[in-house]
Amino acid sequence: MLKTTALPGKATLAPPLDTRYHVETPEGIDLPLRPAGLMVRALAFAIDLGLRGVILGLLFIMLAFLGKLGAGLGSILLFVVSWWYMVLFEVLNQGRSPGKQWMGLRVVHDDGTPIGWSASLLRNLLRFVDMLPFGYFLGAISCLQHPTFKRLGDLAAGTLVIYREQPLTRPQLPDVPPRRAAFALTLTEQRAILGFAERQGELSEARANELASILAQPLQVSKPQARAELNGIARGLLGPT
Amino acid sequence: MKQSLFESRHQAEWEQFALMLGRLERGKDASGIASFPNDYRRICHHLALARERGYSSFLIDSLQQQVLRGHQQLYRHRSRLGANVLSFILADFPRLVREQWRFVLAASLIFFGSLIGFALLVYLFPELIYNLIPAEQVSEMQSMYDPAAGHLGRLADRAASEDWVMFGYYIMHNIGIAFQTFASGLLFGLGSAFFLFYNGLMIGAVAGHLTHIGYGQTFWSFVIGHGAFELSAIALAGAAGLQLGWALIAPGRLPRAEALQLAARKSVLLICGVMLFLLIAAFIEAYWSSRTGLTPLTKYLVGAALWCLVATYLLFAGRTRHAPE
Repeated sequence: MLKTTALPGKATLAPPLDTRYHVETPEGIDLPLRPAGLMVRALAFAIDLGLRGVILGLLFIMLAFLGKLGAGLGSILLFVVSWWYMVLFEVLNQGRSPGKQWMGLRVVHDDGTPIGWSASLLRNLLRFVDMLPFGYFLGAISCLQHPTFKRLGDLAAGTLVIYREQPLTRPQLPDVPPRRAAFALTLTEQRAILGFAERQGELSEARANELASILAQPLQVSKPQARAELNGIARGLLGPT
Repeated sequence: MKQSLFESRHQAEWEQFALMLGRLERGKDASGIASFPNDYRRICHHLALARERGYSSFLIDSLQQQVLRGHQQLYRHRSRLGANVLSFILADFPRLVREQWRFVLAASLIFFGSLIGFALLVYLFPELIYNLIPAEQVSEMQSMYDPAAGHLGRLADRAASEDWVMFGYYIMHNIGIAFQTFASGLLFGLGSAFFLFYNGLMIGAVAGHLTHIGYGQTFWSFVIGHGAFELSAIALAGAAGLQLGWALIAPGRLPRAEALQLAARKSVLLICGVMLFLLIAAFIEAYWSSRTGLTPLTKYLVGAALWCLVATYLLFAGRTRHAPE
């Protein structure tokens, strides 16, 4: 039987290996968010920068035909694009500037709610400090040392850049007759078996068999049969479909 | 209860909820929205059950996604800026300025102190200007405000049709400076203090120099009108920045991160007011200050009136309890 090592009463949990950030909702549900790291955010910013360059280039070419009026409009546009591009996209497009959309990111408040005008304005105004003294130096340092990868603007505005949720597809379980486990399963064991059954499609055949064979002895079956046994138990747990 | 039974029992409900979420996210006004909080809490309930009963990760993850989306719709922050612009202009902004009077005072002292100080210094010791500002810029400034040129503002040969150009330029340039002054306050207030001092120095030095060489009339009559809004806006932006810095230096009983967030929430409102001021300033600068047909006396009078207006606005607007609502 598998043993889960119980922690002594008041031991503090070791920080988890992954970077998930939990938001507790008023309903008492822990929602995991996945903060995005420096690299992917830098890429998103690079895309946005390029896009802004293209927009400005095109606009200036068009405005050049308008003469004086164009020059005035041009500097207003330069202002809007350089200071408001991010804010407008973040607020009006569910926290996603085109670069972030491309990289599968979005900006939210610390409590997981969509970003609003004041927070977005703040985090983008303070970008100026993140860029000091050159090339996002302070921002990168702050991002690297923070557990949820916040740059200074995010710290002040209370915002978070997270990976967007991707739509899930229902995993197909192999068609085996449902079985009952030889012994009572604990909750973690039950979830581990279901997890194996649902995710074995992502593994190679050999690796899936290897993982399953670890459990051959406690399940009291031979090693080659362990995988079928696990799938059977998972079927049994899920119930008739 | 087996997972498949649980799923088949509630599947229809979840699909309904997903449809409603989709409608809300696209911003359409959804029918049956009254039941949304109830439905949302039911989904939360299902998620808790699914976790507790050890159902499979696929089910838990998809419920989690729905709960997250529902949470984002139900608990989204209502923006205070967009909804009540009028009451912000009429009362909230001047109230905020008065509430933060310590920072406003400090920023004004730095900015106007350095402005007046350097203006006097340069006026008394004219050679000093060449230590402060590069010589080409000085001569550029001189040609702008040369009384003989007959035109005012950035370009000596500008015509009325260029007002529009300058309007854009002023917006771009001045709001950029204000944003910089504000944002650099995050560096423990040092950045804001520096920009306040530096901008005060530049403006003061130019003013002192131009007055000394006898271009005072053209210069002062040009700047007095929009200066009321522009200079006070820079000082207010600096005050917002100092407020950020102070939250880091002396967070009080809160952790620094919390104190910073609280201060930031207030300072961003100040910045919105500053932007408004600078828009007005750019408008005045482009369309009123640059007019040349008027006597300097008119401009001084209008300028003084504008200064009084700004001071009255910041000091007295929104004092009465129910005034703007």
